Amino acid sequence: MEELLREYLPILIFLGTAIALGIVLILAAVIVAVRNPDPEKLSAYECGFNAFDDARMKFDVRFYLVAILFIIFDLEIAFLFPWAVSFGTIGMVGFWSMMVFLAVLTIGFAYEWKKGALEWE
Amino acid sequence: MSVADIIFYVFAVVVVSAGFMTVISRNPVHSVLWLILAFLSSAGLFVLLGAEFVAMLLVIVYVGAVAVLFLFVVMMLDIDFAELRAQMARYIPIAGLIGVVILMQLGMVFGNWHVAETAEAARAAVTPAVDEVHNTAALGQLIYDDYIYLFQAAGLILLVAMIGAIVLTLRHRTDVKRQDILAQIYRDPATAMELKDVKPGQGL
Repeated sequence: MEELLREYLPILIFLGTAIALGIVLILAAVIVAVRNPDPEKLSAYECGFNAFDDARMKFDVRFYLVAILFIIFDLEIAFLFPWAVSFGTIGMVGFWSMMVFLAVLTIGFAYEWKKGALEWE
Repeated sequence: MSVADIIFYVFAVVVVSAGFMTVISRNPVHSVLWLILAFLSSAGLFVLLGAEFVAMLLVIVYVGAVAVLFLFVVMMLDIDFAELRAQMARYIPIAGLIGVVILMQLGMVFGNWHVAETAEAARAAVTPAVDEVHNTAALGQLIYDDYIYLFQAAGLILLVAMIGAIVLTLRHRTDVKRQDILAQIYRDPATAMELKDVKPGQGL
């Protein structure tokens, strides 16, 4: 257990450095930077016009579809990692169970491709 | 208090406060960002438990994919924040009622919590000790062999999710021209154009 945590120490140090650097940069901006606030600096600029509309608008539902399909293949990849790590010890049953799993998802992939879900208009 | 304990408390405090900020943030987008912070810190907690693979899953699946999906949903809702804030007061009583009911249910669950006598033995038997076998390898030795039916069921659920997402959200627009690559490849000069012999001084 100690050994495992020791391996993660560099990541922790890296995280701490990143957070510290971020704080230092923000503080430096607060202390050093010239401040000259003006409401116009924060307002939306639209090529000289007044802004027509709010920037917040509805997305096409297609983005959502792409994100869901991404999550599904993400989970599939997550199943592949332990399989690859313990490949030497799981034997033929483990190998073929993963092949069946991949085949099932390949059917889904073929369906998705044929339906044109991967294409943008 | 060892270093691991201090790190545990740091991560735990960050998880709880990020969860709290998720609930009380006025802006839903900020809520999602606080949620991502909570996910990342809980990944740190899982690493402290020795469950590296779960920590990695939390980062890849939750932070990488689910949080993006949450952001999409939040942005797709087309929320008018001023209106939302005005309506908040109307729903506070019913929201408080639901909160109290959930709290009571949780209290009942923890009040009647019994640990089975065999639970500890069953837990110990499933995975080898962290020192002997790597966490991810220990999972791999179990999932694909001992729990093969559940593993295949997971595959089928993913297939259903894929098909369901496509059936529910995919709609083809008919008013746009789509590129048909096969048709383009199979086009040849004989069918694509026609040569006409135009006599001088005459039109077609």
